[in-house]
Amino acid sequence: MQAYLKLDHIDKIFTRGSATTEVLKDINLTIEKGEYVSIIGHSGCGKSTLLNIVAGLTGATNGGVLLENREVNAPGPDRAVVFQNHSLLPWLTVYENVKLGVDKVFARTKSRAERDAWVMHNLSLVQMAHAKDKRPSEISGGMKQRVGIARALAMEPKVLLLDEPFGALDALTRAHLQDSVMALHQKLGNTILMITHDVDEAVLLSDRIVMMTNGPSARIGEVLEVPLARPRKRLELATNPGYLKCRQRVLEFLYERHSFVEAA
Amino acid sequence: MSMPAMKTDMSAVAIPPVAAAAPVVTMTPKRAPRAETYAKMAKDAAARVVPPLIVVALLLVVWELICRRAGSSLPPPSKVFKDTRELILDPFFDNGGIDKGLFWHLSASLQRVAYGYSLAAIAGIALGTLVGQSVWAMRGLDPLFQVLRTIPPLAWLPLSLAAFRDGQPSAIFVIFITSVWPIIINTAVGIRNIPQDYRNVAAVVQLNPLEFFTKIMIPAAAPYIFTGLRIGIGLSWLAIVAAEMLIGGVGIGFFIWDAWNSSHISEIILALFYVGIIGFVLDRLIAGLGKIVTRGTAAN
Repeated sequence: MQAYLKLDHIDKIFTRGSATTEVLKDINLTIEKGEYVSIIGHSGCGKSTLLNIVAGLTGATNGGVLLENREVNAPGPDRAVVFQNHSLLPWLTVYENVKLGVDKVFARTKSRAERDAWVMHNLSLVQMAHAKDKRPSEISGGMKQRVGIARALAMEPKVLLLDEPFGALDALTRAHLQDSVMALHQKLGNTILMITHDVDEAVLLSDRIVMMTNGPSARIGEVLEVPLARPRKRLELATNPGYLKCRQRVLEFLYERHSFVEAA
Repeated sequence: MSMPAMKTDMSAVAIPPVAAAAPVVTMTPKRAPRAETYAKMAKDAAARVVPPLIVVALLLVVWELICRRAGSSLPPPSKVFKDTRELILDPFFDNGGIDKGLFWHLSASLQRVAYGYSLAAIAGIALGTLVGQSVWAMRGLDPLFQVLRTIPPLAWLPLSLAAFRDGQPSAIFVIFITSVWPIIINTAVGIRNIPQDYRNVAAVVQLNPLEFFTKIMIPAAAPYIFTGLRIGIGLSWLAIVAAEMLIGGVGIGFFIWDAWNSSHISEIILALFYVGIIGFVLDRLIAGLGKIVTRGTAAN
């Protein structure tokens, strides 16, 4: 099996003055091309730190990240991130926000007209082409996150990193956006690494669920395969025994074996 | 009680378009909302303009009553107007030397401010960015800035006269040194407060330092920068009048000093009026520019 993305013995230790906190301990994970992997865990377990390490925004203390057998330790468009709070630049329009990345990534390989078409293509992938001249303050939270996804997709990343992308949305919008991401994954075959704390979301979207123990020194506690056929339909899954079993497993892990202890 | 009065007022304003359209048959419903908008605009404008007008009128009356008596050291407004009518009506005369119309004095002052302030804006934003971005630059420069910024503008004048040996560059330098501090400090705060999210976006997209500066830093810090620019323009207008009193030549500051030396108190009052109005306009200009540039930035 050829590992596409490999997290190799990653430790992360934060040092503040003389105090050191080991956040992550010996994280090993291999992800295949086209796979959708979720990382789930209680808040404070370091899952966002892990995503930042993969994105290159934070350095690992030990170990490293290999993408197609090459070490990556700086941020780059090959590992585009969809941030939890969308992080659109408020002074740019929707179109300009997506174009910012496109102009950098395809500066040499695409002409101006091609880049423009590519931006519009990606905006229509997330059904946001109609709002291209709006500013982020003029669109809803769900729409902002769609634009955030379009911005990441438009960079043609090798791995798409989703940092709790639906966390700040209301339940209905969240479900709608989850369906969109599923459809995009189906259509484009991206490799996706997603951070979440929502069990249903993890089971619905992922091929594998990585469950993390509580910090400090969080480890990967268990990796669960989700053997559900795609395309998946939210309503049908609600009564699907395979779905319920996966859900049960994750819940057991999170609430029985590694229930969140405030003092930890 | 005041509502009916307002209503009649509104219809009075609204009448012209309505009356013009009336002969054409019945009123089209389209016209009515527009007339209402005009009426509303007029009402809003009146609500803003009328109170200050009343206050100014009252102050003028009080001033007139106080200074009217014989032997008063300051002239009443009626006398100010009478004495300075020529200056008001013909601001463009030029009899050579410093005997010029107020327009020339004001434009000379504005020119100095324009030079000094532009330099301060450029240097201030550049230094502010450096201090905001680099911890070491901040540690090294911030104490220096904090001390230098407390020096009163005019205290710099003798030193700059010694250095430049000429009035014009000295005045410009005083403007520069007065207005540069708030620009530096506000820019630095703005840069330091750029959300980590925006930095992350820039890192993922791999913007180079120049692109990061123009596409992220400046727009993100723009509200702060414009606060600094606004304080700066106010300070430089304060400083120019004082500096010009000392360096002489053409300029509104020296005009005031000259009027004092020739005991033309009315001219001083007129000049103060102009200085105030121009200071206000400058402030509004920068504020308006800031509003245009930072649209969208503040509302996230």
